[in-house]
Amino acid sequence: MGKKHETPLLDELKKGKWISFVKEMERAAEKSERTEDLLGQVEESYRDKITHWKHGGMAGVKGYGAGMVGRFSEFPEKYPGVKECHSIRLNQTSGFFYNSDVLRKLADIADQHAGGLFNFHGSTGDIQILGLTQADAEDLFQKSAELGFDLGGSGSDLRTPSCCVGPARCEFANYDTLQICYDLTHAFQDELHRPSFNYKFKMKFSGCANDCVAAASRSDLAFIGTWQDNIKINQNEVKNYVKKFNVQKYVLDKCPTKCMWFEGENLVIDDSNCVKCMHCINEMPRALKSGDQKGLSILIGAKAPLVTGPRMGMMLIPFYDVHEDSKNDYEWLKGLISNMWEFWDEYGVSRERIGELIARVGLVTFLEGIGLEPTIDMVKEPRSNPFIKFEDEEAGAE
Amino acid sequence: MPEEVKKKRITDVGPHDYHDYLSPMIKKNYGKWAYHEILDPGTMVHIAENGDKLYTVRMGSPRLVSSSFVRDICDMADKYCGGYLRFTTRNNVEFLLEDEKNVEPLKKDLDKLGYNVGGIGNIVANIVHTQGWVHCHTSASDASGVVKSVMDELYEYFVEEKLPSKVRIAFACCLNMCGSVASSDIAILGTHRKPPKINHERLVNLCEVPSTIAACPTNSIRPEMVGDKKSVRVNEETCVFCGSCYTVCPAMPIADAENDGLSIWVGGKVSNARTKPTFSKLVVPFIPNEPPRWGKAVQAVKTILEAYKKGAEPGERVIEWIERIGWSRFFKITGFEFTKYHVDDFRLAEATMNYSSHARF
Ligand code: HEM
Ligand code: SF4
Ligand code: SF4
Ligand code: SF4
Ligand code: SF4
Repeated sequence: MGKKHETPLLDELKKGKWISFVKEMERAAEKSERTEDLLGQVEESYRDKITHWKHGGMAGVKGYGAGMVGRFSEFPEKYPGVKECHSIRLNQTSGFFYNSDVLRKLADIADQHAGGLFNFHGSTGDIQILGLTQADAEDLFQKSAELGFDLGGSGSDLRTPSCCVGPARCEFANYDTLQICYDLTHAFQDELHRPSFNYKFKMKFSGCANDCVAAASRSDLAFIGTWQDNIKINQNEVKNYVKKFNVQKYVLDKCPTKCMWFEGENLVIDDSNCVKCMHCINEMPRALKSGDQKGLSILIGAKAPLVTGPRMGMMLIPFYDVHEDSKNDYEWLKGLISNMWEFWDEYGVSRERIGELIARVGLVTFLEGIGLEPTIDMVKEPRSNPFIKFEDEEAGAE
Repeated sequence: MPEEVKKKRITDVGPHDYHDYLSPMIKKNYGKWAYHEILDPGTMVHIAENGDKLYTVRMGSPRLVSSSFVRDICDMADKYCGGYLRFTTRNNVEFLLEDEKNVEPLKKDLDKLGYNVGGIGNIVANIVHTQGWVHCHTSASDASGVVKSVMDELYEYFVEEKLPSKVRIAFACCLNMCGSVASSDIAILGTHRKPPKINHERLVNLCEVPSTIAACPTNSIRPEMVGDKKSVRVNEETCVFCGSCYTVCPAMPIADAENDGLSIWVGGKVSNARTKPTFSKLVVPFIPNEPPRWGKAVQAVKTILEAYKKGAEPGERVIEWIERIGWSRFFKITGFEFTKYHVDDFRLAEATMNYSSHARF
């Protein structure tokens, strides 16, 4: 069978050793006229050096305001298969674990109701199926839901939370990232499916400071595993590492607070000066383990540049005893999150992320609003300017 | 159809319970992993406290995949690991094997099917990226094509361990940055260079003027009457071509075939290991779009990677290397030009100036 559209430019991207997305689109196009037309339109973009999608347009499933994103072609006559070419987000599993049985069923759904194309996964975390029309939406949604896969977030809502592989396959995990991600996603289904926020709100869970889901740079609320007590040292294993590489140079000298040294052959750590950065544990995993009083730090406010510039997550709660709170279904945490959302709802403006709101009103105002006290770990250093706004009663108390 | 026979509509069931997809060995050793070892860039083994060994074989993916790709990896998982597999945050596929004897045969089969095994250790990781011309209306460039071109050129660094530390590359096709571009070792960013073109006829019906004005980070949008129609005007002196207005107002398209292209950034880091997380910083302000292979952009990335490989000490991430040698030497070594565009003039600009007499000559 001949190709429906000639794609000389895209064909150049079938060459080379890295797996080719063009070949993937062609494999999908063997079964889908829509994806054949998608190839045609993308080739045209390659020729014209510009996108050929129209802005937005409505698409969605009944009762939900999120989870499906509308996409319409600029050239519906020329490429009828992509007149509508929407995408739908299915909430991934915690840790992205699947089996072949369910993935085959999802593949069937993508063939029957869309263009046989996926993003595994979207950068927020969802499984995305590409190339469905509004008419496909209900069946695709219900068939996925029967498999236990509900839709993910989009628009001004709670975006699909995601987590690192955590205790399922990582020795560094300080808490159960998969479980808390699963629990909170279920607890906040309404906020996820029915946008009612000022703007998007993202949550990501990393089991340690290596932050494999980039929580601290990509999520409004980042959960990063840590511990409060001492790093556990196996001195025999330390000696084995000393035989293998220059531990002084590559581990001790690179500790950010220089809180490790050797006394004779024994490694000593001043844990009161350790910032739980993970470096030494990464380098000598058989010798060093995080302590027993495990929990997590909560950072707030990370976001991409728009509208007022990029932000990195900043420390909000240095230590949250997630193990204790998990016994009560994370009641304390859920209360805290609800408080934040209320404050954001009341004082935030449209398209203002929570980090931008905090920057605008000031951290202390935000803390008072959600019922937390300022602590020294929230800042890099105390203020260096004298523009202090003393409050009346304190001045009067003198 | 009578009401009773009608299937009940399912909603709000949330994500599938991950426990259903954990292999027996993972269930048994959940939270009880002792340590892991990287055997080669495609394989690692996790050893549990009880001595159980779980092998992971990692395979690259273009992220945009067909249902046939999904069935291929399912076949492999059935043949070698009881059907269990997972994905990584950087879009790789991981096969989880309980039997060491299956590792090499699986890798051979994957190779036969044309898949790329690698991505573990001090390598160039799979590129986190976005939708581009395949699926988005704001793109200043395609995403998948640039990523494919870069990964072809850096392929050896994905399959072999040759670098001082890991290098994470990210791509986003506009400033919305639907990828992790703001904090990657090397980042490629789709960049517009012209203000939005306002379609006054359509703006009246499609856009809300106050929210359009509020969308602008530089206060460049003002309300204006065009004839008898409410519309807006953009101050081209102050517009930074970010596209934020287009996101809220479809009558202000910003894509421009002649003037769109890519910019290159370095030195972002998200892990807290040793040094604090950082944002990526500008290296090359603009490279024109060159589909289908984006030669100049690929070359720029390669120049950075090779300079890093040559100059960094073992274990140093890109930003640690640059901060040790200094930004001036980074520009000298790589040959990129430092221009007026590199000097920050946005919100936190003041924090980026050199308040000292320190300089390298
Ligand atoms: C205009 C059309 C847009 C398209 C087609 C688009 C597409 C996407 C997709 C497919 C994802 C992954 C979703 C998932 O996994 O569930 C995503 C994530 C993301 N989007 Fe967009 N997006 C658009 C607009 C925006 C806007 C306006 C912003 C910011 C102002 C934005 C910022 C982001 C960010 C930062 C992420 C990544 C979040 C993360 O890493 O968790 N996007 N986008
Ligand atoms: S963030 Fe930490 S716990 Fe999670 S996968 Fe990465 S190293 Fe493991
Ligand atoms: S975790 Fe980091 S700060 Fe703590 S001892 Fe190890 S290297 Fe030092
Ligand atoms: S980065 Fe910009 S152009 Fe690319 S998918 Fe996101 S919104 Fe669209
Ligand atoms: S492109 Fe950005 S800076 Fe320019 S007018 Fe639109 S929102 Fe403002």
